[in-house]
Amino acid sequence: MSTTELLKGAAELFPDEVVTSAHVRHLDLPFNAGRFALITLDNGFDHTKPTTFGPASLANLNAAIDQVEKEAAAGEIIGVGVTGKPFIFAVGADLKGVELLKEHKDALAIGKGGHEVFKRLSALAVPTFAYYNGAAMGGGVEVGLHCSYRTVSASLPAFSLPEVFLGLVPGWGGCALLPNLIGADKAVSVIIENSLNQNKQLKGVQVYELGIADALFEGADFLEQSLIWTASVLKGEIVVDRPVIDRGEAWDQAVAKGRFIADSKVHGAAPAAYRALDIIAAAKNGDLQQGFDAEDKALADLIMGGELRAGIYAFNLVQKRGKRPAGAPDKSLARPVTKVGVVGAGLMASQLALLFLRRLEVPVVLTDIDQERVDKGVGYVHAEIDKLLGKGRINQDKANRLKALVSGVLDKAEGFSDADFIIEAVFEEIGVKQQVFAEVEAVAPAHAILATNTSSLSVTEMASKLKNPERVVGFHFFNPVAILPLLEIVRGEATDDAALATAFGVAKKLKKTAVLVKDAPAFVVNRILTRFMGEIQNVIDEGTPVAVAEKAVEPLGLPMSPLVLLELVGPAIGLHVSETLNRAFPDRFTVSPNLAAVVKAGKRGFYVYDSGKPELDPEVAALLRQGDVVLSEEQVRARVLDAVAQEIGLMLDEGVVAEAQDVDLCLITGAGWPFHLGGITPYLDREGVSQRVNGKPFLAPGVASVPA
Amino acid sequence: MPRTVRDVVFVDGVRTPFGKAGPKGIYHETRADDLVVKAIRELLRRNPGLDPKKIDEVAIAATTQIGDQGLTLGRTAGILAGLPQSVPGYSIDRMCASALTAVTTAAGSVAFGAYDAVIAGGVEHMGRHPMGEGVDPNPRFVSDKLVDESALFMGMTAENLHDRYPTITKQRADEYAVRSQEKAAKAYANGKIQQDLVPISVRNTNAEVGETGWGLVTADEPMRPGTTLENLAGLKTPFRVHGRVTAGNAAGLNDGATASIIASEEFAREHDLPVRMRLVSYAFAGVEPEVMGYGPIPATEKALAKAGLSIEDINLFEINEAFAVQVLAFLEHYGIADDDARVNQYGGAIAYGHPLASSGVRLMTQLARQFEEQPEVRYGLTTMCVGFGMGATVIWENPHHKDAGGDK
Repeated sequence: MSTTELLKGAAELFPDEVVTSAHVRHLDLPFNAGRFALITLDNGFDHTKPTTFGPASLANLNAAIDQVEKEAAAGEIIGVGVTGKPFIFAVGADLKGVELLKEHKDALAIGKGGHEVFKRLSALAVPTFAYYNGAAMGGGVEVGLHCSYRTVSASLPAFSLPEVFLGLVPGWGGCALLPNLIGADKAVSVIIENSLNQNKQLKGVQVYELGIADALFEGADFLEQSLIWTASVLKGEIVVDRPVIDRGEAWDQAVAKGRFIADSKVHGAAPAAYRALDIIAAAKNGDLQQGFDAEDKALADLIMGGELRAGIYAFNLVQKRGKRPAGAPDKSLARPVTKVGVVGAGLMASQLALLFLRRLEVPVVLTDIDQERVDKGVGYVHAEIDKLLGKGRINQDKANRLKALVSGVLDKAEGFSDADFIIEAVFEEIGVKQQVFAEVEAVAPAHAILATNTSSLSVTEMASKLKNPERVVGFHFFNPVAILPLLEIVRGEATDDAALATAFGVAKKLKKTAVLVKDAPAFVVNRILTRFMGEIQNVIDEGTPVAVAEKAVEPLGLPMSPLVLLELVGPAIGLHVSETLNRAFPDRFTVSPNLAAVVKAGKRGFYVYDSGKPELDPEVAALLRQGDVVLSEEQVRARVLDAVAQEIGLMLDEGVVAEAQDVDLCLITGAGWPFHLGGITPYLDREGVSQRVNGKPFLAPGVASVPA
Repeated sequence: MPRTVRDVVFVDGVRTPFGKAGPKGIYHETRADDLVVKAIRELLRRNPGLDPKKIDEVAIAATTQIGDQGLTLGRTAGILAGLPQSVPGYSIDRMCASALTAVTTAAGSVAFGAYDAVIAGGVEHMGRHPMGEGVDPNPRFVSDKLVDESALFMGMTAENLHDRYPTITKQRADEYAVRSQEKAAKAYANGKIQQDLVPISVRNTNAEVGETGWGLVTADEPMRPGTTLENLAGLKTPFRVHGRVTAGNAAGLNDGATASIIASEEFAREHDLPVRMRLVSYAFAGVEPEVMGYGPIPATEKALAKAGLSIEDINLFEINEAFAVQVLAFLEHYGIADDDARVNQYGGAIAYGHPLASSGVRLMTQLARQFEEQPEVRYGLTTMCVGFGMGATVIWENPHHKDAGGDK
């Protein structure tokens, strides 16, 4: 089948493609170097809608290459360039088109179609040049890799091969070409390490330093300087000298490093990184066509596999649903927040004060029960500001401004009388919190929102004794506050729309991913994590060795093992939450006597790290009282997953969140659950757990899976 | 405090290729500030001896100082060009002689000792900012008969100048225009112009105009090599029925930018910067606004008098060709032949175009190149007419001349 027919067939499957044009324009290069054809990739929209490649877009590029190929063969031009519209080079394949694919042969056609078009750029009768003027990702990067030369703008903000992050491989030449251009080690960093490191982006300077681009020019006259450079290259005045690639042991070591990184990030739970590494390993012999064929195959397999669909699902959750929270009231109802009060000056409260200060840049006042605590809280914020200053993240003026905005007082009336938003982060005890809110209500203005950072107490109960319970809202952050994006916004029974809208408005300014949650015990993340941990504890208590229980859940690709997580949270807090949930749902949530013993003994965790690796603390081992039921890893995994599926099913029935999507969004952004698995529900559906436990999948076919 | 007036030199000048204003012009989708920014950057690349930190001022001219020509362009262009934030800047306007005034104002400050090195240039995107955009002339101009109604229409003032010089016929103006095109084409063929042009990338999204996508401009768009008298004879005279001024014997409406480095001679020598021209004197003069094209004559008289020179001492002329008649009036006044070889050797604005506030530096850049080629010439001048009845003249000495720097 010809490339044209291939792409035509693919285009029929994707009628809503935002089609990218490939404009061919001719120009005279400086220094009388000759006539040149420059192809501009442009979808006709401004930079807020980046240029992508679907089948019709590829067909346009193919037609443009038809034209320049003839001109090159006829000697009418001496070179061909490719660049993008302002601020954007091209950001790769259009994911919407990928989501629609239902059959392996169609998926194969997409991979093959891209290859067939792009590789023509390396087969023209004249040299080809890519000018990375702006954001370049995936297929955008790969178009340039097929060219003879590349330049990059120092202003380029984002450059990546993010395929592995999404659950794909760089399949339009990236896996085969990049290691052959810059060596396997650097290629593994770009393709594997950056992708698995939350899709880390390269800047223009790094693209040049890695050797991906042959020349770096400042953004102000990037294209002019690129074309002048092109003229010099074509006249032979500049000879591009690329370092020789080590095709020996270094190549194998790089691939091994990649596998190590993949193992430590996804624990074998997602295939994309491994498929990419296989192709990189094979690319050692320099046979590009063999690499391209392997890419086609890998791409098609992955597109038809669940992991990619889960990856795209997660991407859409974070990029779209995370920015337009389901169920949030109209934002016009939100009240302005010009001053923030924080009740408590402990570590959590101080971290919150710092976050509000940095993002809202309004006065933030801390209160506590004695001057020493208040001073310590303000001192913490000042020290953090100094750290930012030291790292050059803020300048002296900004540091002065922020320090002047934060203050601490003992008298709540003095601190909160003109505050618009007051958040409490005091001891997790309902009586204490009710007392604090009563005091705050007595001195705060009538319009002020009263927010609680409680992780497990009832917001409704907390508000119940107030004159105006409608202004109380749950505002539950996740530790570390500065890093984890999730904010569970809890609507109590009395909470009104204005309070809720204000909370969502503040969340947006804090740059948090807000999810609306019903006032139910432990809300979303802690409830699922506690049920999950509880089941692990149960099997340990019943007799399964700790190591087996820990290993059983590795395929979930969690950021850390359950007991390491427990250590991070603090066994005492873990125990406290399990007690709270046990009171709410005694039939499903247990309180582990072993955990209680560990807490009682004052242990901070289960492991010691003396050998450099976690090993069960002998003192903890001595405390454990286990039964005699020893389960296999499979059995443990089944029990844990069943428990999680049951809990999520019940939460959806209770209306804790609007949809299963919100559960996954919470787990990804609040607990670091794996992006490439789409959180948890796509995995539970795919593994048949949802069907087994709840009699139905959480998500309709096609939402995070191959459409029916 | 004792003061010494310091010698001021023209170090280097560059410009963008000039474009035709309007939707079909090469710069239709290009911002004015980007044009001048790219000129400044090229200037700095060409003169690595000039540490950007040592630039004391960025004086950028624009006639219509709004939109992408507003916001105190000298300052914003400096930041956009990547100059250190410590380098200040300002905007300047004297319509057609704006860039020339940027140079003289900067030069005056250098001579005084306030600055060592300055970027001076100008930009006019007449496609984005047509002449007269947003103006609000005081009604008293007309009610009090301060100026003739034709004063605001440059083409009409050119017709008025023909009236003042009855011997300057349309035929003579057309012949002059044909020569300007010929000289410009020859200068291009000999590579005299391109060496000081900054290539500009341009985007076109309108298929009706031509190929779409990004392109590169490396040559002036307005030029019409091969123009003949016959071509010009039939052109309309839009400013007066049976008039003499046509699109063919006048500069067009254009987009473009220029930039130059002006420095004290001492600074230039110390930093190994080229010394292309030494400033001798400058002068501005006002005339009746309705014959603004007469302006260069009194301005030149003043400048010559200040320099203690006479017109015979000047052996190279760069006269802005806003209109052929205005050049011819100048030549007729001084008894110089229409086709004198010392005048506009590379052709002029009739061929290249005249993006108002940028043109002065183009004249200087070309004169500097001619000085290099003709060390036997000691003095040259750049002169322009200015809207609302003004003239502007700068006299330069050729540093390559054997007696340069000495007494006359």
